[in-house]
Amino acid sequence: MRIVCPFCGERELGEFTYLGDAKPVRPAAGASEDEVFDYVYLRDNVAGETSEHWYHGGGCRAWLKIARNTLTHEISSVEPAAGVGAAKVGA
Amino acid sequence: MVSLAQTHRLASGGLIDRSAPLNFSFDGKILAGFQGDTLASALIANGVKLVGRSFKYHRPRGILTAGSEEPNALVELRTGARREPNTKATTAELYDGLEAASQNRWPSLRHDLMAVNQLFAPIFVAGFYYKTFMWPAKFWEAIYEPAIRRAAGLGRAAGVADPDHYDKAWAHCDVLIAGSGPAGLAAALAAGRSGARVILCEEDFALGGRLLADGGTIDRVPAAEWIARTLAELATLPDVRIMSRTTLFGVYDGGTYGAIERVNDHLPSPPEHQVRQRLWRIVAKRSIVAAGAIERPVVFAGNDTPGVMMASAMRTYVERYAATPARRVALFTNNEDGWRTAETALRAGLQIAAVVDARPEVSAAHRALAAKAGFPVLNGSVVGVDGGKDGVRKIAVSLTGGARAEVEADGLAVSGGWNPAVGLTSYHRGRPKWQDDISAFVPDSAPPGMVAAGAANGAFGLGACLSQGFAAGAAAAQSAGCSGTAGTPPVADDEAFSLTPLWHVAGKGKAFVDHQHDVTASDIELAQREGFESVEHLKRYTTLGMATDQGKTSNVAGLAIMAAVSGRSIPETGTTIYRPPYVPVAIGAFAGHHRDENFHATRLTPSHHWAAEQGAIFVDTGLWKRAQWYPRAGEKDWLESVTREVKAVRSGVGFCDVSTLGKIDVHGPDAGAFLDRVYINTFSNLAVGKARYGLMLREDGMVYDDGTTSRLAEDHYFLTTTTAKAGPVMQHLEFCRQVLFPELDVQLTSVSDQWAQFSVAGPKTRDLLRKIVDPAEDLSNEGFPFMGAREVSLRGGIKARLFRISFSGEMAFEISVPARYGDALVRNLMLAGKRFGVTPYGTEALGVMRIEKGHVAGPELNGTTTAADLGLAKMMSTKKDFIGRAMAGREALAAADRQVVVGIKPTDKMRRLRSGAHVIPKGEIPGPDNDQGYVASVCFSPTLDQWIGLALVERGRERIGEIVHAHDPLRGEDYDVELCNSVFYDPDGGRQRG
Ligand SMILES: [Zn+2]
Repeated sequence: MRIVCPFCGERELGEFTYLGDAKPVRPAAGASEDEVFDYVYLRDNVAGETSEHWYHGGGCRAWLKIARNTLTHEISSVEPAAGVGAAKVGA
Repeated sequence: MVSLAQTHRLASGGLIDRSAPLNFSFDGKILAGFQGDTLASALIANGVKLVGRSFKYHRPRGILTAGSEEPNALVELRTGARREPNTKATTAELYDGLEAASQNRWPSLRHDLMAVNQLFAPIFVAGFYYKTFMWPAKFWEAIYEPAIRRAAGLGRAAGVADPDHYDKAWAHCDVLIAGSGPAGLAAALAAGRSGARVILCEEDFALGGRLLADGGTIDRVPAAEWIARTLAELATLPDVRIMSRTTLFGVYDGGTYGAIERVNDHLPSPPEHQVRQRLWRIVAKRSIVAAGAIERPVVFAGNDTPGVMMASAMRTYVERYAATPARRVALFTNNEDGWRTAETALRAGLQIAAVVDARPEVSAAHRALAAKAGFPVLNGSVVGVDGGKDGVRKIAVSLTGGARAEVEADGLAVSGGWNPAVGLTSYHRGRPKWQDDISAFVPDSAPPGMVAAGAANGAFGLGACLSQGFAAGAAAAQSAGCSGTAGTPPVADDEAFSLTPLWHVAGKGKAFVDHQHDVTASDIELAQREGFESVEHLKRYTTLGMATDQGKTSNVAGLAIMAAVSGRSIPETGTTIYRPPYVPVAIGAFAGHHRDENFHATRLTPSHHWAAEQGAIFVDTGLWKRAQWYPRAGEKDWLESVTREVKAVRSGVGFCDVSTLGKIDVHGPDAGAFLDRVYINTFSNLAVGKARYGLMLREDGMVYDDGTTSRLAEDHYFLTTTTAKAGPVMQHLEFCRQVLFPELDVQLTSVSDQWAQFSVAGPKTRDLLRKIVDPAEDLSNEGFPFMGAREVSLRGGIKARLFRISFSGEMAFEISVPARYGDALVRNLMLAGKRFGVTPYGTEALGVMRIEKGHVAGPELNGTTTAADLGLAKMMSTKKDFIGRAMAGREALAAADRQVVVGIKPTDKMRRLRSGAHVIPKGEIPGPDNDQGYVASVCFSPTLDQWIGLALVERGRERIGEIVHAHDPLRGEDYDVELCNSVFYDPDGGRQRG
C-alpha cells in the first residue's frame, strides 16, 4: 500500500501507523459518561468508504485523515488531520 | 570427474553450450550435462526417467513439464546446511558439481518399500484424514500422525541454520512486465521506445519464453534472431531493466509487486559477500502480465507413469536442450497445437508411434504428414498406460466408435489445451472468466493499473501475442505519462488453434489430477457424492491444488471433472480464490538481513562503549542494550554485584545511564495548558526551574505512562517518558496536539537521541558533581532544592541540564549533556569520583532501589491499572479535564475491591520471592475464586537484607499487616507473605530531600 502524504509525497505503508476510525469526535469537557464511552469504544464496522487516522511517524510526524475503501483498499483522499477533530476540551 | 555419455542427447542443436560440459550427481550417481541445461533436461539427456516417488502412494514419477508448474520432479538439491527440499528439477539450473537426491522413498528410489501404500489405497481417498483417523482422539498424536508423516511427504528440511544471506530491495518504474515471451518483449519494446522506465521480470535464466522451444518467424526473421535484435535494441533504451531468474510472485495495494530474484541459485554456493536471493518490492505505475499459458494434461489411467509428459514440454526438451525424453513417441492431443510436438519429434529424428487425436476431424495436412512419416493417426483417446518405474511400454487407446488399440511407445506426449496464467491478474480477488473458443479461463478484471497480454490473456497465436503485447506496452507508457512514440510493432502470423475440450477419459486404474498431492479423478467424484461440490470445499476435502505447485497443472482439470459429475458447466462451478505467492518463496528471502543480531536495529547508550570496557553485562530493553550490572573480579553471581552496587549508592555515590528515557521538548505559549490536558496533574502552575512527576492516562482511564517533566522557561517544558513508551508517547502527544487540541499554540520535538542523561545518586552526590559542574553553580539544598531543574555550566564551559530528582530515594541529580559528550562525561565522573568510591550501577540495581522506594515501573504500569491502583489517586486534578478523566470515573475502575499496589515481605526472612505468584487468603485452598492478585516485582533488598516485592492485591492497602498466601504453581512454591507499606526505604523521604 502507498499513501500520498500531503507534506512528503507518495510513501510506502511501512512509514505509517494506523490508529483507527477518524469519525468519532472527542466530546466536550463535562460530557456524560455515556457520550465518552461511545467516543472511546463504539466503532462502525464499515464495508466500503471509511475515514481513518494514520500517523506519518517515518516521515513528517503529521497525523493524516485518510478516506479509504475497506473492500478495495483504494485511498480516495489524504488530508492533514490537524484541526479536523474539533477541540472541545477546556475551551 | 569423467565425462559420461549422454545417451539421450541429440548430436547437434539446442541452446546448450557444448563447450562447457558439467558433471552432476543424482542419488549419488555421477552424470554429465552442459551449461544451459536444467537438472531436468540433463536427467533426460542421461536417459533418467524415474525421478521421484509420489506423496501418498509412493508411485514412481517422472518429469511432466519443463517449467515452474512442475508437480512431479521435486528433488532435494545440495547437501548439508544448504539442502533445499522440493526443488523443481525443471527450473533448477545445472552447475558443475550439482548434487540432487530423490525424495519420499525408502530405502531407494527404485526399491521403495513404502510403495505398499498403493495396496492400502482405499484408506488414502479424499477426506481420508478426516474419516480414518478421527477416533480415538489420543491415537492421532501417538500413532496415526507419525505413521502418516513417515509414509507420506515431500523432501526433508536441512534442519540447521541457512548459511546464506538474502537481500531485500526496492525498485520503481513506469511499466512492469511479467514474462519475456513474444508478448513481454513486444511490450518492453513499445514502452521503452515511448520513454517509459521499464522493468521486465523473467523467471527463466534465458529470455524468450515459448519462442525458445517453438521458434517461428517474426518480422521475416527466425525467432532467435528477433530475440537477439530486440534485446540489443532494449539495451540501447535509457531505462529498460531486464531481470532474468526473477519471478513476479505477488500483487499488492497501490501498484506494489513482489518479485524473487534467484541471484546465485545457479552456482553451488554464492560467491563471497554475495546474496543467494533478493526479494524485490517493485512499485510500478502500470503493469503488463505476459506470463504466458500452462499446457494442461488430460486425466486418464496411468497418466502419472514416468515418460508421460506434456507435449509442449517434450518440444522444449528436444528443441531447447537437444535432449530426447523418448525414442518412440506417442502423442495424445485434443487440439492443433499438440501436433507441433509431432513435427518437432520428426525433425529430431525420433520415431512416432501414433498420434491419438480426440477431435472428430484431423486436417488433411496432418494426415499427409502422418502418411509421409509412416505413423498412424487414431481418432480416440488414451485410456491406459502399461508401464512402471522404467517408463512407458504401451498405451491403450479407445477409438471413436468403441474399438480399442494398443500402441508400443517409450514416451507419451499429452496436450489437453492451454490455461492462461491467470494468477497475477486474480490476486486482488479477481475471478477469471470462461472463454469458450479456447475452453479456458482468461482474466476478466485485474488489479488497478494491470493488464494481461498474449497467451496470459487467452491470445495463443504468435502474431496476436506480439500485437497485444506491443499495444499494451504503448498504452501503459502513455497512461504512465510518457509521450514518446512506440514505432512499428513486430509482426508474425497466427497459428491455427482448434480444440475439442477433453478433461478426463474414464478407464481402469488410478487417473491423477493433482500429481503432487496424489488426488485422482475418483477422489473428485467421491467428494461430489459426499456433498463437497463447492470448489473451495473440493479443494480442502481432497487437497487438490494445495501442494507446492498450487495446482498449476491440476486445478482447472479438477473443477472440470467436478462440473461434469455435478451436472454443471465449468464457469458455473467456478474457480477457487487465487493467492500469492505464485511460486514458493524462501522465508529467508522475506527476512532478508533481519536475522540473528540484525533481527532489529540495536540502540546503544552514550556510555555503551565505556560500559563495555568495564565488562558490563548488557540486557536488551526494546531496541536498547543497557548495562544490567558491572561485575567485579571475585564476585560469584549477579546478586553479589547488584548488592554491592546498591550499597555503594546508598552509602556513597553511584551513577547510571538513563539516556534511554524518552525526552520531548514542549515549546509554545500554550505548553502548560497542553500538558494539563495530557497529564492527570497540573503543569501550568509549575514554576520555572522546577520539575514535577506526571502521570498520563489513556482515554479509557487506564494509566498510560509516567515520567518527570520540568519547566525550563515560561514557554518551554522538558518532558520525559519511560524507555518502553518513548515512541508511543510521542505519537500520542502529536495526536493530542494535531487532532484533539489544534487550537493550542504548542510544538513538540523529540530530543531522546540529543541528550545523554545520567542519574547520579547517593549521599556524596554533591561532592562528586562539584568536581564536574562549574564552581559558580550553587548545588546546595537552598540553591538547588529537591525537584529543582535548570541549565548549568560544566567545568570547561559545556552547557548541561541538571534535575534534582530521585528514583533511588537517595539525594540525587540527573545530569544531561548533549549526547556527543556522554562518553566524556561518564569518564570524567569516574575520574572525579575515584576519591569518593564512585560506583557505576546497572538496571538491576536501579530496579532494586525503585522497589525499595515503592516506585511503580513496567510490571505495575501494565495497561490494566488505574492511578488509584498505583496509589496515585490524589494526583488526579478535579479542576480540569484531561485525557482519560471521564472513563477513569467508571464504576468498575473506581471499585473498592480493585487489586492495588502493596508491599510484600516473606514471613520467613530467608525465603526468596518470585514474581508471578498468586495471592490467596491465608488458610484457603488456592483456586480461581479466591485469587486476590499477584506478585508484580521482586528483588533482594540489600538495605533490608531480605527479599521484598510489590504486589497487586485486592484492597491491599487496607490490609497492611495481614499474612496472605503466595501460591506459585508454575514453580511449585507455596509460602506466606506479609502485606506491608510499599515504601520500604526512607518512607518520609528525608534522604532525597537532604
Ligand atoms: Zn509526511
